[in-house]
Amino acid sequence: MIFLLHLLDIIDWSPEDLDRLMDAADDMIARPDDYREAAKYKKLATLFYEPSTRTRLSFEAAMLELGGQVLGFADASASSVSKGESVADTVRTVGCYADIIAMRHPKEGAPTVAAAFSPVPIINAGDGGHHHPTQTLADLLTIRREKGRLNQLVIGMCGDLQFGRTVHSLMNAMARYKSIRFVLISPEELRVPEYMREGMKALGVPFTEVEKLEDVIGTLDVLYMTRVQRERFFNEADYVRLKDSYILTMDKLKPARKDLAVMHPLPRVNEIRQAVDKDPRACYFKQVLNGKHMRKALILKLLEAAK
Amino acid sequence: MNINEIQDGYVIDHIHAGLSMRIYRYLELDKLDCSVAIIKNAKSERMGRKDIIKIDELIPLNLEIISYIDAGATVNVIKDGKLIDKKHLAVPERVVGVLKCKNPRCITQTEQELQHVFVLKDREKGVYSCYYCDTIHKHED
Repeated sequence: MIFLLHLLDIIDWSPEDLDRLMDAADDMIARPDDYREAAKYKKLATLFYEPSTRTRLSFEAAMLELGGQVLGFADASASSVSKGESVADTVRTVGCYADIIAMRHPKEGAPTVAAAFSPVPIINAGDGGHHHPTQTLADLLTIRREKGRLNQLVIGMCGDLQFGRTVHSLMNAMARYKSIRFVLISPEELRVPEYMREGMKALGVPFTEVEKLEDVIGTLDVLYMTRVQRERFFNEADYVRLKDSYILTMDKLKPARKDLAVMHPLPRVNEIRQAVDKDPRACYFKQVLNGKHMRKALILKLLEAAK
Repeated sequence: MNINEIQDGYVIDHIHAGLSMRIYRYLELDKLDCSVAIIKNAKSERMGRKDIIKIDELIPLNLEIISYIDAGATVNVIKDGKLIDKKHLAVPERVVGVLKCKNPRCITQTEQELQHVFVLKDREKGVYSCYYCDTIHKHED
């Protein structure tokens, strides 16, 4: 039962497990004082083999708010890894010091290796272009809190849908709920990979693929924006033709529903204009906050499971 | 070696025509000192054409490799010139230490002592994926 002791990939956890985790996060938001000492005397190790300041700070803030303590490294050059130590040995060692480990690693599958050797729970805080399940936890809680449900939704995914791991994880997680429909908005070059398309077909989840956000924004309950990078395009002409289509402005929001939830995994560059930040439909900073609460709920759940 | 008569060894029979060299390569039979015979495109009533491999020694045989490449093959074990066992194979759910993950970003590329593990994704198409990074490995790869 590896998946209940660790979080490696979001789909290792059932929708019911995730619902319970979101219930716990909701309770932490409603009654923060009740949790101020929930992880007292416990230690979280953040093993960040590549820098990711916002994710690391989110984990550390989560642990501190639970009354626990944090230790770890923020970049591999500051650890034994630079001397060639294996992931297995590192987690066996750190597992003697800490009660739970959050790991960010550039190699895909590194947290799976860690989970096989660690004496304490492992949380995948991002492994290369593979998984980033705690971002998806933040996304799920945001959708549930903003829309009041995780079913019967039309979800627009916009921008780089080929390389965006947050897009794939969220699609895989949402595909398990009833009456979900995806609208995939991207240039031809950055459409979702074939295996994602096949996966959605196999699950019977309807989706449409379009090139322009303007054409579909009025049909969406949720709009998940991602960054489109110039270097991803094969030719400059396509980039020039399409780049403005993936920048959300107040003008583009006009035909959108009043209760649309605009999300973004952050950091953004220019794909959402700052003017949109003041619109009540902008949820991306709530997502950051929800991410911290979900990490708190996750840490407590895994500490409990490891007892 | 008289390929019709083995005293102690194996006859890997009913190999789909064309797959014997692959089995030979994966089992690293070229490294053996004993006689090894490959019969390609032998006539078969059931299969039309088939390949056969004969190994003239009872070496430790990795059946997982054979079943991964061709689960339809049968392995006959010969001792003192007599057939003592006939092993029928099945498509393996996991393949350990046989295939190599080709994803340069996979953790198996840097953790030198980590065994490469693949899990069956599609039995019909013989598709496996890396246990660590999910990279797909198709049979023809």
